[in-house]
Amino acid sequence: MSRSLQDTSHNEHPIASKFEELRSRREGALIAYLTGGDPTPEEFHANASALVEGGADIVEIGIPFSDPIADGPVIQASSQRALTAGITTKKVLSLAGEFSAQHDVPLVLLTYCNPILAMGAERFFQIAQRSGVSGVVVPDMPANADPQFHKLASKNDIDTILLAAPNTPETRLRRILAETTGFLYLVSLYGVTGPRKTLGPQALDTLKRVSSINKRRTPVSAGFGVSTPDHVRTLIKAGADGAIVGSALVQIIQDHLSNAGEMEELLKKHVAELKHATRKF
Amino acid sequence: MKIRQAATNSRGRFGKYGGQYVPETLMKPLQDLEEAYDEYSRDPSFKKELRNLLESYAGRPTPLYLARNLTRNLRGAKIYLKREDLLHGGAHKINNTLGQALLAGRMGKKRIIAETGAGQHGVATAMACAALGLQSEIYMGREDMERQKLNVYRMKMLGAEVHPVDSGSRTLKDAINESLRDWVTNVENTYYLLGSAVGPHPYPTIVRDFQSIIGKEARHQILAREDKLPRAVIACVGGGSNSIGIFHQFLHDLEVDLYGVEAGGQDIQPGHHAAALVAGSEGVLHGMLTYLLQDKNGQVQNTRSISAGLDYPAVGPEHAYLKSTGRVKYRAVSDNDALDAFKRLSDQEGIMPALEPAHALSYALKLAKRYPTSDSIIVNLSGRGDKDVEIVARHFPQ
Ligand SMILES: Cc1ncc(COP(=O)(O)O)c(C=O)c1O
Repeated sequence: MSRSLQDTSHNEHPIASKFEELRSRREGALIAYLTGGDPTPEEFHANASALVEGGADIVEIGIPFSDPIADGPVIQASSQRALTAGITTKKVLSLAGEFSAQHDVPLVLLTYCNPILAMGAERFFQIAQRSGVSGVVVPDMPANADPQFHKLASKNDIDTILLAAPNTPETRLRRILAETTGFLYLVSLYGVTGPRKTLGPQALDTLKRVSSINKRRTPVSAGFGVSTPDHVRTLIKAGADGAIVGSALVQIIQDHLSNAGEMEELLKKHVAELKHATRKF
Repeated sequence: MKIRQAATNSRGRFGKYGGQYVPETLMKPLQDLEEAYDEYSRDPSFKKELRNLLESYAGRPTPLYLARNLTRNLRGAKIYLKREDLLHGGAHKINNTLGQALLAGRMGKKRIIAETGAGQHGVATAMACAALGLQSEIYMGREDMERQKLNVYRMKMLGAEVHPVDSGSRTLKDAINESLRDWVTNVENTYYLLGSAVGPHPYPTIVRDFQSIIGKEARHQILAREDKLPRAVIACVGGGSNSIGIFHQFLHDLEVDLYGVEAGGQDIQPGHHAAALVAGSEGVLHGMLTYLLQDKNGQVQNTRSISAGLDYPAVGPEHAYLKSTGRVKYRAVSDNDALDAFKRLSDQEGIMPALEPAHALSYALKLAKRYPTSDSIIVNLSGRGDKDVEIVARHFPQ
């Protein structure tokens, strides 16, 4: 892609630009997740900054939902902590606004259908855009579930990042690749989110399947269970454009609830190690 | 793909309600399920085997009983009870579990998972799986395990493994969450046997079809007895399976009023009841767009009902649709009124109902008085009350 094209696309598609930039540097993207407002709104702000200082390329913020069916115990507990601390969709959006005012890192929101519908999808995307959000991931809104949803998002320049699973059949995979914007979120195992010792056993096969039909070179990032620098290195070597790490970071919060300083330090340190593993040299 | 029932369109919607709001990993098994169901529900050998099981194992057809004493004392419409409480296991749930377990077997799945609230669906799943040689694992909220101890024991005796659920409110909603999490993890060998007309397409359609035998029988029976259709049909609504099962055959009989009765709990304050259609608003939970008890931020609210089987913050999408068209009217009945109805049926007819259909009965007793004695109404007595004796005893000390 020519230099000038990259420049004009920068503001409207920060996620795509970020992947372009990283490709030219021969790096994969490290996408780091935290639940919005966990454990409290104040500590969240410091934690999110620690992710950026550690070198995260894209930050993903979760809007907690009472019934997170795609999440394992670690993110369930963080959602509960944030909800108990009084977090709401609006408050996460304003945390997002604070974050993007301070950091030049693309911001993605992750949540379930219902908090978005409760606010009204149109209003949600409008406020999200004003808060500097570049994309959304909605695990219970698969491709084709609601075409209106994707239209409203794109009207507000918000990418809708679709997920592909190990058992997604090829015809459906092609459609998902064509419809996703920002990047494709590859689910690297059968199961829910949660820290794992080993990389999801379906990750590499699924990656291979996607690569073989990914004519337009849509960026592909793998998540679910991705926890260690080794996992990240393996994924990037196998051709992934990015790795998404969530529960392993949220676990750090859970384990250091009484020591905010150490929590931030460890988050920053772990993100730095994960980021290092995305460099291909 | 052709779906035969008129109310479902090709995207698995009832009007705008329903759909498939699920993680991508579940899209393939839902597609497989839809195709298998489409094939076997038309397969004569499948239908024959199911009919045999329903007759010789579950005890169909169930009688339509004229509650003579209740009727005499009320001096209103005749009250007929559709006796699903006489089925094996003590509730209508077996109609669905036999159908789905048979389907799972045809699909080559050996491991069955299910959620349960009152424990009735868990018991019916354990029974169907034992009979068909399948392995069953049941998710049940810790709180429900406490209040339905007898059913936990029954499930274990019947060979099921019971997994306590400690997340969220530790009731039916959370048991469904945990079942969905199990399913995405073990999707390749596992069949999720959902217990009510809820969840992503095609479950609401499958469960309704397997339960609609209730209405088919009841319609024949009432015509044979009364030579005319009933004035009203009344059923309790938790997720909505026994109610859609009895309503479905009467949907086009516009002279028959249909009433769905939800759990009014203590009162209609948030958190004190489980009346999603009466007091809820539209939202997405468990893969479906439907009516939901939620706060203004879209967080699902806690529910409370004396009957564990109605203690659910959402409702099947076909009911959301039937509410929107006005064809079915939905009402809420309080814990106390349900307890009164339990007592009245017990001492006047010698039948102890489950607390769930006691809600429907309570409303029927009010309604019957408005109609002439030449009319009749049918109450779906979806289950028997043995499981609830401990709870009821606390309210009516001897
Ligand atoms: C006897 C009985 N009736 C009704 C219900 C409510 O479920 P549904 O609305 O699906 O019929 C239950 C659920 O456990 C039940 O056990």
